[in-house]
Amino acid sequence: MNLIGENLTYKPDKQFHLNNVSFEFKKGNLYTILGRTLSGKTTFLKTIAGLLNPDRGNISFEGKDFSKIPVWERNVAMVYQQFINYPHLNVYENIIFPLKQRKLSGDKIKTDVDEALKTVGLSGFENRKIQELSGGQQQRVALARSLAKKAKILLLDEPLVNLDYKLREQLREEFKRIFSKGLSAEAILIYSTTDPQEVMELNGEVIVLDEGKVLQKGPAKEIFENPINLKVAEISNDPPMNILKGTKSSDKLNFENISINIPTHFKNLEDQDYNFGIRASEIKLSNNGEEFEIELAEISGSETLLHLKKGDSKVIALIEEVMNFKIHEKVKIKFNENKFYAFNKEEELISSPYGVYNG
Amino acid sequence: MEKLYKILKYTFITLWTVFIVAPFLWAVSTSFKDFQSVNSKVTYIPWLDFEPTLEGWRVLVKSPARGGVDIVEPYFNSIFVTCTASLISIVLGTLAAYALSRFTFKAGFVRNNDITFFFISQRIMPPIVLSIPFFIFLSTIGLLDSLLGLVVVYIVLLMPIAVWIMVDFFNRVPKELDETALIDGCNPYQAFYKVVLPNSIPGLIVAGMFCIIFGWIDFFFAFILTFTEVQLLPVKVVALNSSITPWWSLSASALISVAPLIIVAFVVERYLSKGNLSGALK
Repeated sequence: MNLIGENLTYKPDKQFHLNNVSFEFKKGNLYTILGRTLSGKTTFLKTIAGLLNPDRGNISFEGKDFSKIPVWERNVAMVYQQFINYPHLNVYENIIFPLKQRKLSGDKIKTDVDEALKTVGLSGFENRKIQELSGGQQQRVALARSLAKKAKILLLDEPLVNLDYKLREQLREEFKRIFSKGLSAEAILIYSTTDPQEVMELNGEVIVLDEGKVLQKGPAKEIFENPINLKVAEISNDPPMNILKGTKSSDKLNFENISINIPTHFKNLEDQDYNFGIRASEIKLSNNGEEFEIELAEISGSETLLHLKKGDSKVIALIEEVMNFKIHEKVKIKFNENKFYAFNKEEELISSPYGVYNG
Repeated sequence: MEKLYKILKYTFITLWTVFIVAPFLWAVSTSFKDFQSVNSKVTYIPWLDFEPTLEGWRVLVKSPARGGVDIVEPYFNSIFVTCTASLISIVLGTLAAYALSRFTFKAGFVRNNDITFFFISQRIMPPIVLSIPFFIFLSTIGLLDSLLGLVVVYIVLLMPIAVWIMVDFFNRVPKELDETALIDGCNPYQAFYKVVLPNSIPGLIVAGMFCIIFGWIDFFFAFILTFTEVQLLPVKVVALNSSITPWWSLSASALISVAPLIIVAFVVERYLSKGNLSGALK
């Protein structure tokens, strides 16, 4: 009775948009698709909606072959990254449009619309024109239209990406609230995004997509703690995880110009070359650390991102306060060695600080 | 510097306005003159310079039997042919444009852009090239010198304009709008007439305006494809100019010929400044 995709492949040009993608989505759950731009997220959602037909593979829902059902009979809802509403209709008419299209009528649909408007915080905006609303409000209308429809599959394609920083934070909070209470046990919610933080906050089942291929599936925590290869480590962290080529010896990790005490979870690793990974947030300023030169310092929100260099080794550090640095200034930093990951030459995860993979 | 720019700007605008408006003023004053006032000396101001008369206007509605030239029938012929051809061109052209904008066509090496260009290419060759084929075509199907024949020819002339404008317009309407309509339960036809069409009114009006203008001002085909049964306004106006040029009735007929276009321009201008599609876009 679930939404099942088997070996979905779509290759309209030289590149794969979907490459042998299989999944099983259960009702009442939230799924997030994490991937960079052009990784196939939109294609993935459009395939489920029925707007695209894959070259190969099957898709079924509630036991029925989905590919034989046209889009307009599938009972899905979709919110685009662009704020798509019907400009010739007002807010109320926009939200009731899909309900009327399904030939529903009466007081029931009126209360559905009111409820949806209340959920997205737009009560009282019924008679406004779409053009009069701000971007965030337009996106709320689109979301309300999807919610009022009570579709069995709700698709959200990077719904926050075109909003400014503050609105994005605010709507993300609201989405969490809406999804936790407004989602019926009958619905499947699929949310695509490029932002790892969104994935962690929504805390659903995650599919990491790259070049149309599923790299890893699992709960958000699992993806965060044990990214199975370098690509996933890169995609699932913002800023991307720092990767340093180095060698493990019996008691040290040796990088070019730097050497660090070996963390306990690396004890069982063979002594050889590895790609070592460390998150930007696990690098701290410290007076008795290694000296690095600042290449660039960015302040984002209440954090400071430092792009650092020592010889050929480059790392990004995330400092959780706003600090002013000069370019080419020298700072001392310390790596939190207990949070090091080790990836082998094939770029697969060998050892993680969270235990599952341990040599 | 800024002052100089301002002076230059207003000088230019004034000169341009005079350039545009002067012929109209000339036509208006001439249409109220008689033979004497036109031919004696240069005159400008009615009642002071010359005695205004309605003769130039009266001739236009009198039947030829009573010494008039009767442009009433050609006037309505022109309205009928222009409006019918424009309407059909807009309906068919909009459908074609939507298909060209949203669906992918492949036939040999021919793609959507080639088909669009094929439509526009109808307007690239000089009209004279088409005159003989049209003449033979209409005479074969027995529609020479008839309103219906002219409508057929004008559709050929106007539809490329409609297709061209509407393809461009639809290309700027986000595809996601159609897709959302499909997802919300519309089949492709409903998506077109319930969602895309209501949001295309500005485009339809522009296309309609161009069709009406190009249909209304055509002299060439109206001249070649009609003889005695049917006459269109431009042909009739030009035909006024016989051995003696009746400047007064010529001016009057020219004025009522451009009147519909001026009205169309004002209506469209007012409408276009209101309508926009910004809500569908980012």
